[in-house]
Amino acid sequence: MSGQSFLVQAFVYLLAAVVTVPVAKRLGLGSVLGYLLAGVVIGPFGLGLVGTEGQDVMHFAEFGVVMMLFVIGLELEPSLLWRLRAPILGLGGLQVLVTSGAIAGVAVALGVEWRAAVAIGMTLSLSSTAIVLQTLQEKGLLKTGGGQSSFAVLLFQDIAVIPMLAILPLLAAGHAPAGEAGHSATTLVDGLPAWARTLAVLAAVAVIIGGGRYLGRPLFRTIAKTHLRELFTAAALLLVIGIALLMSLVGLSPALGTFLAGVVLANSEYRHELETDIEPFKGLLLGLFFIAVGASINFGLVAGRPGMILGLVAGVVVVKFAVLLGLGRAFGLNRDQAALLAFALPQVGEFAFVLFSFAAQEGVLGAEITSPLVAVVALSMAVTPLLLLINERVVQPRLGARAASTRAPDAVSGEAPVLIAGFGSFGATVGRLLRANGVRTTVLDHDSDRVDLLRSMGLTVYYGDATRHDLLHAAGAGQARLLVVALDSPEKTLALVHTAKKHFPHLVILARAFDWSDGHDLVEAGVEHVYRDTLDTALRLGTDAMRQLGFRAYHSHRAAQKFLRHDEESLRELTGKRREAGYLSAVRGRIEELEQMLRADRAEPDLSRDEGWDAESLRADFGKSR
Amino acid sequence: MTRILLLFAHPALEKSRVHRRLLEALPRLPGLTLQDLYEAYPDFDVDVRREQALLASHDLVLLQHPFYWYSTPALLKQWQDLVLEHGWAYGSNGTALRGKRMANVVTSGGGPAAYTREGLNRFTVRELLAPVEQTARLCGMEYLPPYLIQGTHRMNESDLAAAAERYARALTALHDDQVDLDAWRAAASLDRVEGVEASR
Repeated sequence: MSGQSFLVQAFVYLLAAVVTVPVAKRLGLGSVLGYLLAGVVIGPFGLGLVGTEGQDVMHFAEFGVVMMLFVIGLELEPSLLWRLRAPILGLGGLQVLVTSGAIAGVAVALGVEWRAAVAIGMTLSLSSTAIVLQTLQEKGLLKTGGGQSSFAVLLFQDIAVIPMLAILPLLAAGHAPAGEAGHSATTLVDGLPAWARTLAVLAAVAVIIGGGRYLGRPLFRTIAKTHLRELFTAAALLLVIGIALLMSLVGLSPALGTFLAGVVLANSEYRHELETDIEPFKGLLLGLFFIAVGASINFGLVAGRPGMILGLVAGVVVVKFAVLLGLGRAFGLNRDQAALLAFALPQVGEFAFVLFSFAAQEGVLGAEITSPLVAVVALSMAVTPLLLLINERVVQPRLGARAASTRAPDAVSGEAPVLIAGFGSFGATVGRLLRANGVRTTVLDHDSDRVDLLRSMGLTVYYGDATRHDLLHAAGAGQARLLVVALDSPEKTLALVHTAKKHFPHLVILARAFDWSDGHDLVEAGVEHVYRDTLDTALRLGTDAMRQLGFRAYHSHRAAQKFLRHDEESLRELTGKRREAGYLSAVRGRIEELEQMLRADRAEPDLSRDEGWDAESLRADFGKSR
Repeated sequence: MTRILLLFAHPALEKSRVHRRLLEALPRLPGLTLQDLYEAYPDFDVDVRREQALLASHDLVLLQHPFYWYSTPALLKQWQDLVLEHGWAYGSNGTALRGKRMANVVTSGGGPAAYTREGLNRFTVRELLAPVEQTARLCGMEYLPPYLIQGTHRMNESDLAAAAERYARALTALHDDQVDLDAWRAAASLDRVEGVEASR
């Protein structure tokens, strides 16, 4: 690939993404579907801008999955992982076993030789970590019961790929030697006896855990001290790529290795830096991966035998869906959460491409089987965002609504005047205060455990993403007077504010902000009542600090009151200034904002004085006349 | 037209039978401004500049409040302490309030007989309000006899409605300069001034 053609390629991919993804998001389809569509558009069956090299791009872009698992590992504390061990082994293990068996059975019934059928069953039992986690994260569903279960199943599948790669050659009746050579070239340990291989694997894992725990911190501290941002990024990339390499050398999945490293580093103080550094690479590579999947769909094959291909897609999705739904219920998930699990994971994952090519190489499956199946895999991935959309728009509202009507029959008729979006500790405090004063509230939350609890306590709770206007409508936003926004993320908060302002302009919005910057955004979005998370607490602490230094209690209290008012005024004033200064300086601006705040504090002359209680001027006035 | 600033202080308006009605019946007049202090400053953090601006733009300041321990509710006292600054309201340079008028609008549970030398409370309402009167004087304002609504404990629904209506008419008369100032100065209380409620 020459330098120029590389630029052309990059231009085509990036342009397709930049054009398609915003449109897809605007239409509520999510970014994954946007990328897939972009791939279809530029692919051989669309505009034909990319051809066969799409496959290479896909292999390259698979590294995005590795990075994603690293980032997910960073967000997972070891204790949480330990808590998930039952769903990972139980739910994940059963899902792989039952699905493999069912699909293999169907394949045998369709006349496939049993060894090939087993290979197909195993391969198709896997789901797509990339699509599912990306979509669930985007919808904020990863922390729900169904989301956690999905994650557990995907994690098990990532582990299961390793034994699958070992089993596949055994299924090649008599052809094994042909493939063995190609395979052995990839790892260092193939020539070793089994015990040495196991030892090498254990050693590699020990290196990651030990290195992460004892070397990671000093290493990152040293690099952070250079104050070179790009060096930190380089180190983060080096870490991820190094681990991926180490893992491939001992024959383990690179994704698994980086996930492990992420978990080990989850408690370190550099967690957020690592996350922000890897995040854009991960996002770009994943996007590239989805585009490549879209471009690789062989529409020629689909058009040639549409009935067979689409029938296979439907068959695979239905079988996987049924198994997931059944297992989800068996493992104690609620109906809505089991539905989320089943709607999230019925596609076939990206590892299928690897396994199919490996199986072909080993002579287990012929091209007459793998090439239509590759199209089936890609199509099943493409329908996932659509299925999740159906789940969100059609299925969940029914399940949610029915549960509400059966569990809270004593709900007072008529709409509650207050909607509370987000019932974490912030929203819960607001809600409890209101309830203690006899105010009826309707809660919107997307944590299903919390939703269950609240419903059992007799609260009216709507389950789902509060930024969706149909959910707001169902929850009675049309009749309510106040909307309390107490969500956990500034992005969601702003999205909800925009939706509410557009569709329910009569609502008075009281929004939680996180810092100055969000405060600005909310003021700019037209929210009059903005409550910065830490402001009141910080002022209380400041008041107590003054008292500790010997200031009188009421003086300290008054000082905090005045400071609060001054700070609120500055917020509104600086919002105007920020708008004038424009977007770029706003991005640069945290330090500048701090500077402006400090300047404003200095310009305010009597932040510490109450003239009415100050006798100084009185003495000056009356003292001289005496 | 007299521009009236009605400084209203009641910590539990929702529980008040009288003041709620008085406020509900307030006439809509171009020169009448209601400042509900407990609503504006629930944390006693009185905005001094804003309150001074309000005072400066009115001619007659009425302090409307229940009679708590023979005085104003706490927030109205806080308001006095903070807003009537030396150098602004009084002192050799404090001339901002000069020439304005001030009076109290007081409700009390006890009837008129309780507020006499021989009565339970031993002083008249006007006497008990001496601190406010002197405050007004020091600020260069003319202090005038209070508007009294007394014996509220024994008022029934129709009494309450009548009291609210009378008050509304009195405010209208003051606003429209229909009240004879000399008669007001001479009266024991504003509600007894002849013609105060006759303007409509």
